[in-house]
Parts: sequence; C-alpha cells; structure tokens
Amino acid sequence: MSLLQVNQMTHYFGGLRAVYNYNLSINPGEIHGLIGPNGAGKTTIFNLITGIYTPSEGDILLDGKSIKGMRPHVIAASGLARTFQNLRLWRHMTVLEHVKLARYSKITYGLSGAFFNTPKRVKEEDDITQKSMELLDIAGIAHLADTVVTNLPYGAQRRVELARAMAIEPKVLFLDEPTAGMNPEEMIQMMEIIRQVKEQFNLAIFLIEHRMRLVMELSDRVQTLVFGEVVAEGLPEEVRNNPLVIDAYLGKEVET
Amino acid sequence: MKSTIDNSSPTPRKGIRRYWSSFRQFFAQTPLLGWLFGLLLASILENLIGYSLARTIGLSKPPVLFGVDIALKTPHLLPSSLLYDLVIYIIPIVLVVRFLTPLANRLAAGLLRSPMWLSALVHMALLYATLYLWTNVNDYRALVSKLMMVSIIITLSLNVVNGYMGEFSCSHPGFIALGAYIASLVTVGLFVGGDFGFILLPKFLAPFVFPVALILGGAVAALGALLVAFPSFRTRGDYLAIISLAFMFIVKSLFENLEPLGGARGFGNQPNLATLPVVFIWTMLSIWIINNFVQSTMGKALNAVRDNELAADAMTVDTRKTKMVTFLFAAFWAGVAGGLFAHVIRYVNPGTFGLQKLAEVLAMVYFGGLNSVIGSIVGAVGYNLLSEMLRPLELLKWIIIPLLLILVMIFRPTGLIAFREFDLRKILQPKVSPKIEEVENVPPAS
Repeated sequence: MSLLQVNQMTHYFGGLRAVYNYNLSINPGEIHGLIGPNGAGKTTIFNLITGIYTPSEGDILLDGKSIKGMRPHVIAASGLARTFQNLRLWRHMTVLEHVKLARYSKITYGLSGAFFNTPKRVKEEDDITQKSMELLDIAGIAHLADTVVTNLPYGAQRRVELARAMAIEPKVLFLDEPTAGMNPEEMIQMMEIIRQVKEQFNLAIFLIEHRMRLVMELSDRVQTLVFGEVVAEGLPEEVRNNPLVIDAYLGKEVET
Repeated sequence: MKSTIDNSSPTPRKGIRRYWSSFRQFFAQTPLLGWLFGLLLASILENLIGYSLARTIGLSKPPVLFGVDIALKTPHLLPSSLLYDLVIYIIPIVLVVRFLTPLANRLAAGLLRSPMWLSALVHMALLYATLYLWTNVNDYRALVSKLMMVSIIITLSLNVVNGYMGEFSCSHPGFIALGAYIASLVTVGLFVGGDFGFILLPKFLAPFVFPVALILGGAVAALGALLVAFPSFRTRGDYLAIISLAFMFIVKSLFENLEPLGGARGFGNQPNLATLPVVFIWTMLSIWIINNFVQSTMGKALNAVRDNELAADAMTVDTRKTKMVTFLFAAFWAGVAGGLFAHVIRYVNPGTFGLQKLAEVLAMVYFGGLNSVIGSIVGAVGYNLLSEMLRPLELLKWIIIPLLLILVMIFRPTGLIAFREFDLRKILQPKVSPKIEEVENVPPAS
C-alpha cells in the first residue's frame, strides 16, 4: 500500500465528465509528474484529492485511510499540503505570518491562550516562529520575513507558497505549476529547493507542470492527462516519446 | 532636475514646512510617558485654578470640551476660550515636554526593563488619573468620557468582524441591545425592584454582581450571534450583511413589543454602577483581550479567511469554526458594551438600537481604520469628541460629520490608521532624539 493512493476516481461537473477513471499511487521520496494540455483536468484532480470537490466515484486513501469527502482543512492537517497555480497568498500578511499560520492545526493553546496571552501561548508562538524561520531559510527568503507579501517579486511569492505548504509538515506535497511565470534562473533555483525539501523531509511530491524540462528532470514517474483521462504513464523518457502524448500536445497530422 | 527631488537641496526650505519640521522634531523625542505627565499636570492645574481663571476671563465656567462648544454657540467668547486652552492645556504640556522629556525618556527606559505588564499598568494608572481629574471638573465630561470608552469597546468588536475578518456584519446594535437589556434586567431586578418581583439583595453587593450581569449580557448577545452565524457562514458573500441587518430589526422590534420591559417607552432606573473606574477597567480589558486575540496565530486566521479563504482551508485553518468563534466573540464584547452603556445612561429604549446606531458604529470603524486596534480607538474617540464638540451646530453637524467621513474615504479608503499592529513595546518605549535638524543642515556633497 503506497502513501497516497487514488482508485478509479471519476468526477462529473453536471453533465461534463471532468476526470475519468483516474488512478494514482505515490510513495515517500518520489516525485510524480502530471502533464497535459490546458483544460485537461490537472488542477481538478488536485482539487478532488485535496477536498475542494468530492469525487463522484472512486476512493482516495492517505496512509491507508480514506480521506474522500473530508473537509479540506482536515485533509491538509492529515498531511497533504498544496500550492496553488494562481498564487493564493493573504495580501495583508507578512511572509513570516504566512508560514506561521500554516501551523494552525498544531496549535494547542486554544482560545484561552488566544485571549489571555498565557505563558503557554508565548512559548508556543516562539516555537512556531523559530520553526517557520527555519523553513524560510530553506526557501531562501528568511531576509524577507517581515515584508508584506504584496511587496514581493513574483518568484519570491512562489517561494512563500512553498514554505507555507511545508509548514504543515506534510507527507505529500502537491505543487501546481510551481515555476509558472518564473525566468529560467528562478526556475533552476526552484528545482533545487524542490529536490532539497524532498530529500530532507522524505516527501512524496505530486507535481503539475507545463515546462517539459522541469517535469522530465524532476519526476520519477509521469502521467499524461488528456480530457480527464490518463493516456500515458511511465518513466519520463517513455512518456516523452509516446506518440499519444505528442499527439495531445502537438496535434495529429491530418491526412488528406 | 535632481535638486527638486533631493530633500537636502541648498535652497533653504521656507515658511511653514521649516517650522513644521522643527515642531515635529521638538515633539518626536517625547515618549508617551512624557505626554501623560503633561496631561496630568494640565488636569491638576485645571482642578486648581480652572474655575477662577474661567471667571476672570469672562466665561461662566471652564469650557467643557476645549471651548469648541462655547465658541460655536457664542462666537464672541472665542478669544476667551482660546486663552483658557492656552493657559490650562497648551502651555503646561509644552513646558513639560520641553523640560521633562529627558526624565521621561529615562523613566520609560527603566520601565521597559521591568516586565511589560508593570510598564503598561503605570501608563494606565497615569492615564486614569488624568481622566479622573479632567472629568472631575464637569459632570458632562464624565458622561462623554464614559460613552467614549463604551464606543471604543463597540468599535473594536465590530472591527474584529468587519476589518479583521472582512465580513460585513450589521447586527451590532442588536447585540448591544441584548447586552443592555439583559444586564439591566439583572441589576434592576436584584437591586432596585420596582415592576420586577425579584429578590432584593443588599446594595453593597451590587458592584460585585455588576460584572456578572455584564458577562451574562455578553453571553446572551453571543447566543444571538449564533442564530445569525448558523445560516450565514455556510457560504460567503452578502448573506451575512442581509441576515445580520434582519437580526438587528428583529431584536429592536422584540424589545419594542416586550411590554414587561417597558416596550417602546424604554427601561430605566438602572443603578449607578458604571462609574468611571469600572468603565475604564472594562475598556482596558477589552482592548487587551481583543488585541491578544488578533495578534495570535489563531487570530491571524481571520486575516487569512478575509484575504483568501480557499488558501486558509488548504493551510489547515478550520475556516467555519474561525468565523463562528470570531463572530460570537465580537458579539460578546458588543453585549458587554451594551450593558455598560445602559448603566452609563441609566435608561435604555429600543429606538436607540436602530439604523442610526448602526451608521454610527460603522462610521467609527471605517473612520478609524480597518484591521487596527489603534485605529478603532482613534475612530471611537475622534468620532465621539467631534460629535459632542459640534453639538451646538445642531443640523449642520449632520452635514459636517458625513462630509468628513467622505473625505476620509477618498483620501484613506481603509480609514485613518488601518492595517497597523498595536505594538505595546513600540508605544511605551523611550524616544531617543533623532537629531534630524543637524543632518538636514549639512550641505550636499556636490
């Protein structure tokens, strides 16, 4: 039994079949890539697994336990963190506050601590701050800790998202186009960070990416999704040379 | 042109700006402690010579609110009230700031080394002493101050929902009414009697029962909030605004039709329990607790819910619980404030808790600044002072105040002091002289 397992997941939006018979299994220390043309349903799969939508059919198992139908914050707290394709940062909060907040489910001081500033709370907040600063260090943005996120360049904002997701102490990390909008240099740095966190925390990473180079270099296995169905799955080289994938990306030659 | 951009251009800055900068520098070195010394001295002075001075310069009694009201009512007394302000307030404060600043800085630095609560207590004691002496001169001032402090609690609690959490709630007058009626019911029932056939307790117990009555009022208000929260927090959007507005009207008409509680005639005879120290302590308590809440990581979840709820959910924040707890928390404080309000005025009537109250509370929140404890304090104090000072203008007052609000909305859309953390250490710390003037006078290298 692998860490995260999705069995025959199918989802309909009304009459539209967005995802059909999708299977997935990821183990710790593995990077699993998901590619496919625009509108293929990649982000929908993310949203289904992370609990934003509940799949119409099929099951999702994390550590052998079904997480299907749970609310998103419960799924996240059980060890499934994600980043977003279009950055979803909290625009009035600082970088450090972002990372600290992702430890919300681990706070034990309760409402009494929140209202009365008890010694327990002071200690716990200090611990959270320290752990968050370590993560910011890994993401290379420790010097920006007290900056409000809207004042950051795009690349740094992506790093904030990654650091924030890591603060959950996830077992599985979902990255939705982590290098979108980055220049080549930033992309290489991001790849390094992704590799580093994978090694350091023995993470299972599920990656959506458009840039072939990144997917091929990072992933252990790659799936190609076309119109909600997996058309090719395997090692990166196999998938790259699969005629179905080439068709999906470049289109079929029309015979006249 | 470089010289137009460069601040330290050789052409000397002229007129007002130059005076303004030296004026600011003069005051920038004074810590809060120094200001409190100055205010304390001014209020002692007023207690000692206020009446005789006022008589000498042709005023019947010391001006209630810095002479603005007198000047508006009887413009020919403007010079006298200005003179009074100058002698009683401005000159003593400037003198203290001029001569006691080094001492105040040293004291503030010393206090900062001790635990923070001690430093805060000393400042609060000074503030209370000043407030006590200032209100000692005139009963009307005492009333205005008490209402102002009640407004601070109300504004803060609404800011938690509308500012920090970014939902638009209109039910605050309803919560205030619930708190006011419940607390009054307890105190009147237990200590005054009258129409209510409760057991009468000895009077000396009243000050001890009063906090219980206030908390009970807050709890009932929170219960009311639960009714609003259940249907409206399942989805996002305008639902809360609509449902909470309906709730406000329901509460109002409930009390209008509840004959045992006086119906539309209102409900009076509350014992005089909301004295200045009691209101002061409750206000400080509410500021402390609300500030603790919004600064904790749990409180930051409110901002996350406001700025991006989906991301908050994905980062393990239980958004529904957060919204519920916050709304109930805010309603609780509104209820407490309502209880205090009822005992300050010593009469409540359902008409008080209508649309006008709502407009007032919203104005204080948005005038002061969203997402900011300081902003709420400034908003409540500013609005109340302004409203009382401009009272002689009668109808014109309701043109000037909305106009001011519009101006604030145009130039500072989120309020005067928005999105600023209430950092106690920063507020209480000594201010070391920055020596701005010397740096500015150095000629540029080119």
